[in-house]
Amino acid sequence: MQSGESREILAAVGREIGNVELRGLDAWYGDNQAVKGVDLTFSSNRVTAIIGPSGCGKSTMVRCINRMHEEIAGARAGGQVLLDGIDLYDPAVDVVAVRRAVGMVFQKPNPFPTMSVFDNVVSGLRLSGAPRGEMEDRGREALVGAGLWDEVKDRLGRPGASLSGGQQQRLCIARALAVEPEVLLMDEPCSALDPVATLRIEELIGELKKRVTIAIVTHNMQQAARVADTTAFMLSGELVEVAPTEKVFTNPDDERTEQYVSGKFG
Amino acid sequence: MSAPAHALLLDRGGLRRRRRFNRLVEAAATAAALLAVAVLLIVVGSVLVKGAGALSLHFLTTPMALFGEPGGGISNAIAGSAIMVALAAAMAIPVGLLVAIYTTEFAPRRFGHAVGFALDVLNGVPTIVTGIFVFGLLVAGRQQSGFAASVALAIVMLPIVARTGQEVLALVPGTLKEAAHALGIARWRTTLRVTVPTAAGGLITGALLAVARVAGETAPLILLSSIFGQGVLTDPRQALASIPIFIFRSSEAPSPEAHTQAWAAALVLIAVVLVLNVIARVLYARSRSKMGAR
Repeated sequence: MQSGESREILAAVGREIGNVELRGLDAWYGDNQAVKGVDLTFSSNRVTAIIGPSGCGKSTMVRCINRMHEEIAGARAGGQVLLDGIDLYDPAVDVVAVRRAVGMVFQKPNPFPTMSVFDNVVSGLRLSGAPRGEMEDRGREALVGAGLWDEVKDRLGRPGASLSGGQQQRLCIARALAVEPEVLLMDEPCSALDPVATLRIEELIGELKKRVTIAIVTHNMQQAARVADTTAFMLSGELVEVAPTEKVFTNPDDERTEQYVSGKFG
Repeated sequence: MSAPAHALLLDRGGLRRRRRFNRLVEAAATAAALLAVAVLLIVVGSVLVKGAGALSLHFLTTPMALFGEPGGGISNAIAGSAIMVALAAAMAIPVGLLVAIYTTEFAPRRFGHAVGFALDVLNGVPTIVTGIFVFGLLVAGRQQSGFAASVALAIVMLPIVARTGQEVLALVPGTLKEAAHALGIARWRTTLRVTVPTAAGGLITGALLAVARVAGETAPLILLSSIFGQGVLTDPRQALASIPIFIFRSSEAPSPEAHTQAWAAALVLIAVVLVLNVIARVLYARSRSKMGAR
């Protein structure tokens, strides 16, 4: 875990933090291979969007990065996932450490219903034994970072579920940010939200990439075009093409990418 | 060859027969539902009518009279029932909740199903059999005791607590556990801090229903705690009085006054069970809305 400050220092001396590199990543559900030999790099301080039709393996791929994939019975992964050169699947690496370094936001906002707004934000911290005194500052910092502080500062004690859908999703982002991850995975974070709330989150993503590496899975190609620096197109478990977003949407190398982004299938 | 459409539309005879049959079945089902409600109303009503007269503060605060003597009340029965049910709850609720948590959150799925089936079988064991089992274990060669009775009651409670616990824990949305795992929260902590608090209302409901269920349990008590001394006894190493045994004895007694007392005690028992059930319902509804309103 790196605090924002040490991140800046390391960046200043030319060492990047939060580079994720997939090398020949395979993922299975039982005998069914959902991800096939993907090589892909998520660069520090950039937003990478993963697009592709339903069932192409894009969600499965990002769930391999924080090892959530293995939570499903019968699921397994092969190949390498390197975070700043360290293989996250190395037996010496603890899965809890992986989840702290790689945060995740899900499709549907999922605040803990029994906890207040504030307790939701610090839930990851509290359960990792951070000192009590730090809790308040880090909780506030995370809420500011998620662009939610001004809206909830007067009702931190209210239940997390009392917020609107968009606010709940930003609460979940704050909860993920509070443990200060290096990478943030977002699995269709706006698919349950209205357009205004979606816009807020997209603006937030632009801010957040200064602090974390972002991988966002999306069904919405306009969204990928708006928020991503790099876009990767997947089809049937394979990575078809990865390039700067503008190139993917205007002048892709692969014919299948062209067909997909121009709406000919998917 | 199929008949033309208009012929089907005009085939009134078959349609009428079907409609008449439909109405008949509907009426029968409605009557059955009304009958079930009527049975409850008749039972509660007759207990109320026959028992309310004997119910008084004196009746609730005086111990049973000596056999054959008039007067007396059920204070010792209330105390004994409360002690035995409380002891049983203290044994069955923690174990039942742990069984539910283990089988839904940690055990392999097949093992969880096997335990669920075993609990169903245990729930189906006649309570007199449970009573005989505990009699052989704790009473034969010694003496009856309130403790032995509470062990039997705990065995009756256990599958109810564990089974309802399993059901409510399974209702906790998987997305919440997923969120906790993604935050790097360890599994047992997720269970204690996220899953169990979310299901708390439902878990309490199960416990209350189990308490309500054993409050009126009679068969094991006849074997295990029915020969007790005078006055209000509280030491569970001795046999303790209880409301069900009081009802049983008084209704066997020859005097009409004793019969009225039996009705009054039955009224107290029904009132307690009813209140527990209502509280359990309210808590469950609340807990469900909490899980739904994410």
